[in-house]
Amino acid sequence: MSTPSQEAAPGSRVWRLGAQVDTDALAPGAYMKFGYEVMAQHTLESMRAEFAAGVCVGDVIVAGEGFGVGSSREQAAGVLVHLGIEAVIAPSFSGLFYRNAFNLGLLLLTCPRASEILEGERVQLLESGVQRPRGEVLPTKPIPDFLLEMVRAKGLLNVLKARIKSGEIQAFPEL
Amino acid sequence: MMNALHSGASSSHPIRPQTLAQKVIARAAQQSHVEVGSLLNCQVDLAMFHDSSGPRRLAPMLKELGVGIWDKNKVVLVMDHYVPARDEESRAIVQLARETAKRWNLPHVIDSEGICHVVLPERGHLRPGMFCVGGDSHSPTGGAFGSYMFGIGATEMLGVVVTGEIWLEVPQTIALDWTGVLARGVCAKDMMLHMIAQLGLNGGQYQALEFTGEVVQGLPMQERMTLSNMGAEMGAQAALVAADPVTVDYLLGVGVPQEDLQGWRDWHSDAGSFAHIHHFDANTLAPQIAAPHSPALTRAVTEYATTPIDIAYIGACTGAKLVDLRAAASVLKGQRVHPQTRLMVAPASARDQEQARLEGTLQVLIDAGAQLLPNSCGACAGYGATFEEGMTVMSSTARNFKARMGPASVQVYLSSPYSVAAAALKGQIADVREVLT
Repeated sequence: MSTPSQEAAPGSRVWRLGAQVDTDALAPGAYMKFGYEVMAQHTLESMRAEFAAGVCVGDVIVAGEGFGVGSSREQAAGVLVHLGIEAVIAPSFSGLFYRNAFNLGLLLLTCPRASEILEGERVQLLESGVQRPRGEVLPTKPIPDFLLEMVRAKGLLNVLKARIKSGEIQAFPEL
Repeated sequence: MMNALHSGASSSHPIRPQTLAQKVIARAAQQSHVEVGSLLNCQVDLAMFHDSSGPRRLAPMLKELGVGIWDKNKVVLVMDHYVPARDEESRAIVQLARETAKRWNLPHVIDSEGICHVVLPERGHLRPGMFCVGGDSHSPTGGAFGSYMFGIGATEMLGVVVTGEIWLEVPQTIALDWTGVLARGVCAKDMMLHMIAQLGLNGGQYQALEFTGEVVQGLPMQERMTLSNMGAEMGAQAALVAADPVTVDYLLGVGVPQEDLQGWRDWHSDAGSFAHIHHFDANTLAPQIAAPHSPALTRAVTEYATTPIDIAYIGACTGAKLVDLRAAASVLKGQRVHPQTRLMVAPASARDQEQARLEGTLQVLIDAGAQLLPNSCGACAGYGATFEEGMTVMSSTARNFKARMGPASVQVYLSSPYSVAAAALKGQIADVREVLT
């Protein structure tokens, strides 16, 4: 990846990654004892050393099969939220990572043809697909409404907050 | 309703055969049966979390919400990731876990006595038919007891402790059926590495696995736990073994009351309920070794060239239970490890270590030159003590992703505790079947 362009261009800039990007690569164990400020500096350093410093708010990751495989550590999704990644687009995700990402408000788009998207190109995220620069739309799989609600609310914590306030959840007393 | 009116003969909807997973989920969702693919809310019977995924993440969020936990009797907290604390940050994390346990008045806290997935059944917390979540990816281990258990992240655990519920998409069940007889020195870890190589890291497709067949029925509980444990590496949500007399004996042995086990025979899959059945032959299974940096890069030991090993590591929930320590000791009895190789042993629980000491297993390992490490996740989690730059490691753990257990230069091979011991003895990748004869 060359130095990030300063001029505004339409759409989200793409970072291409391979298949089976694991949670140790996203949130390395050695930094798990620290907060997101520190952890995020080391995101993907074992496979893409320039990522954490080069990423801009609104960028997207396009990866191969099985993105997020490995640990239950939700920080693997949290660092991407912290760095401002708008969405991860891949043909498949680890099931555990999938839940964690939405719980933290990170949008994941399951796109069988994700491999056609190129490094550095700008894509538009549409309701039913990813639009490439020349207008071609690669379809993405539908996402249940309750997961989209978590993306809109920026995570489960805020959803719970709203439901406790509205009385929809009968909360147990604080200890 | 329309169908019932028109079909005439049948007065009710036919119920498709249900898998063990479906039966447990149906009970947790308070339904008579459930359809694969439907989205449901389930009542959680038990929530387990540890020092890393638990209090340090949950306590601040609960405070922000101004609420407490739904049922402290259904929570088990285990300190295993940052113990023993090696630095100030780790000490603060463990301290916070201890203070939170006191403030919440948690009745089930297991502190520095072993790894969560091993101590949970060891203390009698699991039984057939339970619906459980764990704040750790290896939570499918609990499936070995016929419970439906899966791993979740800390924020999702917040949802569980606030509401007592969690959503789920009812999974298909993929059966992994083993017939034949395992060779001496070949065990559950080899079976699992082989299955991961065959089906891939996403072979489980976040569905349920169920291990079946005469080989599985012949395995002791801790070997079955190894199978279920690495369901995580196959990308399954849960990985079950139906309860049988071996399960019941184990649970009675750890103090589960007889009356809690009355209905164990109900928890099995109906004939014709599996989505797929994969058949495997134990007779032809050689010891399996996964090359760096993925459990899916598994091949038979016979396909490896001579590779020197610097460190032989027996550790983690996957590979340092009593059964694993015994396996290593059977290879190393009366011998010393190779002078170029260091053998490290981190028994998965204090109770397993004590039993190993009483029966002499531990002494065999120490006499062979093993360095004994604390009963915690250790190098496997990569959170504290890890391997040094450039080391080549043969490990009985579950995962060998790049930079997990040390710097990116560390090369980790995965194998059974038998094969780790053989590598320690020979100083290189070795076929344990030749060492044992």
